[in-house]
Amino acid sequence: MMVLIQSGFYPVAAWMIPLQPPAASTIAQGVDQLYLFLTAISVFFTVLIFGAIFYFMVKYRRRSEDEIPPATKDNLPLELTWTIIPSLICVGLFAWGSMLYVHNSRPPKSSMEIFVVGKQWMWHLQHTEGVREIDELHVPVGVPVKLTITSEDVIHDFYIPAFRVKKDAVPGRYSSIWFQATEVGTYHFYCAQYCGTNHSQMIGWVYVMSPNDYTAWLAASENTESMAQQGARLFDQYNCGACHLDNGTGRGPSLAGTFGKTQKLQNGESRLVDDAYIRQSIVNPNSILLPNYPPVMPTYQGQISEEQVLQLIAYVKSLGAEERTTNGK
Amino acid sequence: MSVIPSSSQSVSEAPKGIVRRYIFSTNHKVVGVQYFLLALIAVAIGIVLSLLMRFHVVWPGAHIPFLSGGIMTPEQYLALVTMHGTIMVFFVLTTAPQAGFGNYFLPLQIGAPEMAFPRLNMLSFWGTLVAFVVMLAAFLVPGGGPISGWTAYPPLSALGSISGPGEGLGQTMWIISIAIFCVASLLGAVTFIATTIDMRAPGMKLMRLPLTVWSWFVTAILILMAFSVLLAAGVLLLLDRSAGTSFFIPAGVVVNSQLQNHSGGSPLLWQHLFWFFGHPEVYIAILPGMGVVSHVLSNFSRKPVFGYRVMVFATCAIGFLGFTVWGHHMFISGMSPYSGFAFSLLTLAIGVPSAIKTFNWLGTIWGGKIQFTTAMLFALGFVSLFVTGGLSGLFLAQPALDMVLHATYYVVAHFHIIMAMAAIFGIFSATYFWFPKMFGRMLNERMGKLHFWVTFAGAYCIFMPMHFLGIEGAPRRYADFTGVNYLEPLAPLNHFVTIAAFVTGAAQLIFIFNFFWSLKYGRRASRNPWNSTTLEWTTDSPPPPDNFGGRSPEVYRGAYEFSVPGAPEDFIPQNLPPVKAVPAS
Repeated sequence: MMVLIQSGFYPVAAWMIPLQPPAASTIAQGVDQLYLFLTAISVFFTVLIFGAIFYFMVKYRRRSEDEIPPATKDNLPLELTWTIIPSLICVGLFAWGSMLYVHNSRPPKSSMEIFVVGKQWMWHLQHTEGVREIDELHVPVGVPVKLTITSEDVIHDFYIPAFRVKKDAVPGRYSSIWFQATEVGTYHFYCAQYCGTNHSQMIGWVYVMSPNDYTAWLAASENTESMAQQGARLFDQYNCGACHLDNGTGRGPSLAGTFGKTQKLQNGESRLVDDAYIRQSIVNPNSILLPNYPPVMPTYQGQISEEQVLQLIAYVKSLGAEERTTNGK
Repeated sequence: MSVIPSSSQSVSEAPKGIVRRYIFSTNHKVVGVQYFLLALIAVAIGIVLSLLMRFHVVWPGAHIPFLSGGIMTPEQYLALVTMHGTIMVFFVLTTAPQAGFGNYFLPLQIGAPEMAFPRLNMLSFWGTLVAFVVMLAAFLVPGGGPISGWTAYPPLSALGSISGPGEGLGQTMWIISIAIFCVASLLGAVTFIATTIDMRAPGMKLMRLPLTVWSWFVTAILILMAFSVLLAAGVLLLLDRSAGTSFFIPAGVVVNSQLQNHSGGSPLLWQHLFWFFGHPEVYIAILPGMGVVSHVLSNFSRKPVFGYRVMVFATCAIGFLGFTVWGHHMFISGMSPYSGFAFSLLTLAIGVPSAIKTFNWLGTIWGGKIQFTTAMLFALGFVSLFVTGGLSGLFLAQPALDMVLHATYYVVAHFHIIMAMAAIFGIFSATYFWFPKMFGRMLNERMGKLHFWVTFAGAYCIFMPMHFLGIEGAPRRYADFTGVNYLEPLAPLNHFVTIAAFVTGAAQLIFIFNFFWSLKYGRRASRNPWNSTTLEWTTDSPPPPDNFGGRSPEVYRGAYEFSVPGAPEDFIPQNLPPVKAVPAS
């Protein structure tokens, strides 16, 4: 009965519905293999244990009131067997799963970047070329894409079932996922972390396009400014350059060539200048003071949106060392 | 161990008057029954809430009588989600197996006349009841019930009514109720631990304790450590909401176009604190069930528990490892990917003591003479559900797979089978097993078996299809699936689940009827109707107020001496002195 109920579901369900969403990214294949292997292990142990229970239930049922079962002694070899085999399976699964996990959490260096900001209850996405989308994401097929994800209010989660990726959008933090789409087509994305009343409305579509179509789509956009250029405009608008002089003699440090370097702080710590570092410098500057610079920068929290912060970061990133001379004012 | 000398044992009569005797009673058996009845009311409410949810998922536009407006709004659905989870986890799964049966049978099984701190113990129940009333009242306040989910992740739960209608007073009351519940649980846990350590009858060595007592003891330690952390986290969340602190709210949060006046908090801090409670909570719900199942399988196979010592160690190992795996709830939270390795390995490691337990249960019934009582059927059902739910846990322990399955119906299916269904089967097994001792009458076995088979089939019919919904990508806590057209092929599956839920829910009426019918008309129970070995069966059914009528039982042997070769009967009670070999003269 128990075996029937459990094993009966799989074929019935497989007949009724597709068992998995389409596998449309390079990550999906590895995930599905591990998934199928675990399913096989599960079916094996389910059949083994349920079979044993069922067999014992029939074989050892009491037939009369005064039957006395024979005594069983503790059986060390048997107990060691069912300790060691699950332990080995556990270690093996960990090794396999970890390799997959490492691969899936490390975006390739060549990835194109797209920035995702969740808010109640919609998704704002920006491409480095400056194109912005709401609840839609256009990407080229066959190119690794890294999504940098954050939120401006509560926690959300960006989830694309067909690509087998998902990550929380946490306010005040940047998290990331990457994927490389393998099939042209449209796929759903969802908010998967409960975020309030209209959680179930935070859904949209990923459009995977051929590279030519993608280029055409970018070109068709009315937007002509890249994210870095939009950031540069903000930089001027808020008059950041008044203090952040390029030659380093201003009241604030020069920003040119700093991205990706390690920065020594006033409190003696060293920190990598990454997206999170720059965001913190803008939103809460006094928490990240540099030696020899006074704590004079005001916070821009609430004046600049999360999307604008990302544009400023793009701008700072674009300030390579070679621009040090050309960009001076 | 210290032993209470039998001369100092209380032989006091039960207090006179209905209030002191049945309501504000310090007697552990009364407190146990009170907890049991509280859980019964809570589970009835919880089931009704879940049926309303299932109804809404399948027929979102249907008119529901007694509902203001007639058609369920997202807020109302989300309040159901939140309250169903909270009521079931806290007021059913934490109270019935541990505080209910533990209170009643822990002193009886160790041969103690009373709990170590009877007044604390009574306070523990009344605190829990107050928490329950506050929780239910949260439904009725302006703005409606809380809608943060039972995990109450900030910033959503910390920002107040700006982030949603139920996030105002309703959410505040939710936190206050949980805080009271934590305090009450801590009082109970202290009582359990002290009683187990200090109040055992002479001869009741640790390795002679029934596995039920071991489970309650380890669970009490888990409660002590886990609920104290949840209490602290709850207080911090309350301060964020009402005192303007920023423990969990970061800088620059803009909700509804308004900048929130908070800075420096971390939403992930709550998740760490909550899951440091939340994961052990799974074991708080299920360890007592494991103890009961070991006990019942042994009793009705007429066989000693296979590998008793290993079972004790496995219980302790599961309890300990349970505190080291909270991060597997946070693989996708954006915490450092490196910590994922540790949490994944430790989570997989819990599979080992769990596998040992499962195989030892098989070893226990192997070669036995199995009696298919209702209690035995529910114990076997528990093993089945424990295996099913445990195996799906292997998938979720993999960060790479959790990236796909997290926050989908797969997780809903997994934890309902392992935490809800398995634990409930443990509770039912305990109820059918101990009802004769508690109320002096037998439950009707025919109704019991009908109840078992419908519930067992129902458990799988409801929760197996949810795995497929989750694999397909259906996210949980969605008030409305109509915007997701690619999930449309799953609609028949959802219908099936809803119908199964209604049938299974209705089947519980059989149990309720059986319970109250047998209270009045059930066959009278003898002292030891199941031919059991442990001490609770050596006293009257129901036991007198001081449990053993003024004498303190002495213990001479382990808890599971069934079918000992050469013994006159197939069980030897723990208090039977060893037969001295007659010297050949």
